[in-house]
Amino acid sequence: MRYVVLAAAVLVFLGAGGLVWLGWYSAIAPIQPPARASFPPAAIAQGAELAALGTCMSCHTTPGGAPFAGGRAVQTPFGTIYTSNITPDPATGIGTWSEAAFRRAMRAGVGRSGRQLYPAFPYDHFTKISAADDADLYAYLMTRPPVRATAPPNDLSFPFDYRFLISAWKLLFLRTAPFHPEPAESMQWNRGAYLVQGLAHCGACHTPRNFLGAEESGDAFAGGDAEDWYAYALNKASPAPVAWTADGLYHYLRHGWQVQHGDALGPMREVTDDLAGAPDDDLHAIATYIAAGLGKHAPPGPQVATKAGPGEALYRGACAVCHGDSHGPPFAGIDLARSSALRAPTPTNLANIITDGIPATGETREPIMPGFGAVLTARQTRDLIAYLRTRFDAPHPRDGIEDAVKAARANTAQLEATR
Amino acid sequence: MILNVNGRQETVDVDPDTPLLYVLRGELGLNGAKYGCGLGQCGACTVLVENRAVFSCVTPVVALEGKRIVTLESLGSPENPGPLQHAFIEEQAAQCGYCTAGMIMRAEGLLRRNNQPSDAEIRAAMQPNLCRCGTQVRILRAVRRAAAVVRTQAEAHG
Repeated sequence: MRYVVLAAAVLVFLGAGGLVWLGWYSAIAPIQPPARASFPPAAIAQGAELAALGTCMSCHTTPGGAPFAGGRAVQTPFGTIYTSNITPDPATGIGTWSEAAFRRAMRAGVGRSGRQLYPAFPYDHFTKISAADDADLYAYLMTRPPVRATAPPNDLSFPFDYRFLISAWKLLFLRTAPFHPEPAESMQWNRGAYLVQGLAHCGACHTPRNFLGAEESGDAFAGGDAEDWYAYALNKASPAPVAWTADGLYHYLRHGWQVQHGDALGPMREVTDDLAGAPDDDLHAIATYIAAGLGKHAPPGPQVATKAGPGEALYRGACAVCHGDSHGPPFAGIDLARSSALRAPTPTNLANIITDGIPATGETREPIMPGFGAVLTARQTRDLIAYLRTRFDAPHPRDGIEDAVKAARANTAQLEATR
Repeated sequence: MILNVNGRQETVDVDPDTPLLYVLRGELGLNGAKYGCGLGQCGACTVLVENRAVFSCVTPVVALEGKRIVTLESLGSPENPGPLQHAFIEEQAAQCGYCTAGMIMRAEGLLRRNNQPSDAEIRAAMQPNLCRCGTQVRILRAVRRAAAVVRTQAEAHG
């Protein structure tokens, strides 16, 4: 609570100054929604691949809703933001946006009308996208079926509901420098860097955020929060017991799982679903860049013999039948000695996976793990987590388990109400 | 250890990590739940725990003390089938029949929390259970039919 008040005070103070400094943005004149024929087919096709790399769909679509019609709730420490409709509907989407208006939104986080956009829209990354790529993205989005849909109003706590404060935030945190290639690195590495830092906005989840919700630029890829999940560190602090390789990362991004590391879960599963439309070369480039920043690890130690705790029988009866199997993904669960969830600094993901499992979803062909929230009490779930961490020698403090289990159970109950 | 199965207190002498399915079939003679994959992937072993459908093949009994377990046997008998069992017979919603018990229990879990499910809700709820013979369309019809009966009964009891 205290930090929210502090954050509010800082923003209000700077907001006043920021307004003077930045001034109002003027509206960009509305246009008639452009005809499909006004875009070269190659631009639309290129834009489709770019939209996949930017995973635009997963945030701008509600579960089961019309693609790009927005309305999805994004939880932030400051309240709930509902994503906008980016179909070319003139009344409720971006149908009246010119390419210049679109590019200003991507570069500077300002809507066509001059309205400040909340940085839940990751323009702190998109500002690095080239003008040519923005043009292709625009061509793609403006040729999607228009959907009339208005997102619910944001539900932000005072004073974050005042958009003028965003200009202060930008003053503090938005750096609009274009992408600068590293001449010493390979073309592939640079392509990966361009995508990761810009369009793919990996740091939006994998980099920790400060008390004003901005990425800690000095701590890039040190691990962060993604909705109700923990996004693992992608730097030398990676909790993966087996070191990622560029090839392994490529497979993971392409297929949503990797034999040494397991499955993409939670928000990352949505990312890999979206990446289905991304070109192979770009996924290789992303994998090359990310892998270069990851540390090398010692292989995981042998399983330690543990004294029987209350979690042991739960593990043997519920988990071992799949996770003790030697086949591994995709035929069985991952050997938990290789699990990043177990070795992450927070037990958030572990609690989520045990409680909700990996549910069967309508359209995707993915692994399925039964959730155990229906049979395990909160205490049994905690016992199981404690046992797993001991058994698989996951060197992390035991605190946080209670909160993680409580949150996972609350989220699952909410999910089930909609299932 | 004592398990509450279909409203009865059953004392069983098994290792705490034993899956519930083995106890139901091997110790208590309740053969409604079937062993399919043993991995929580097919749903043939589905029973209710505290009114929620679970895979009994991956549910160790140590997790179940003090929780209410409901199996197919409590829903009715051949002479007097319950609404779901009756509906599955009426719709002939089985080919080989191996998945049927699990399907009925999965549907029972749904109808206990929602007796007017939409088609989309029925499909979503039944998704974890597999039928390899292809009777899904009949199963969906059976669940719809049973839901209507359950609703009528609920209204009759006011």
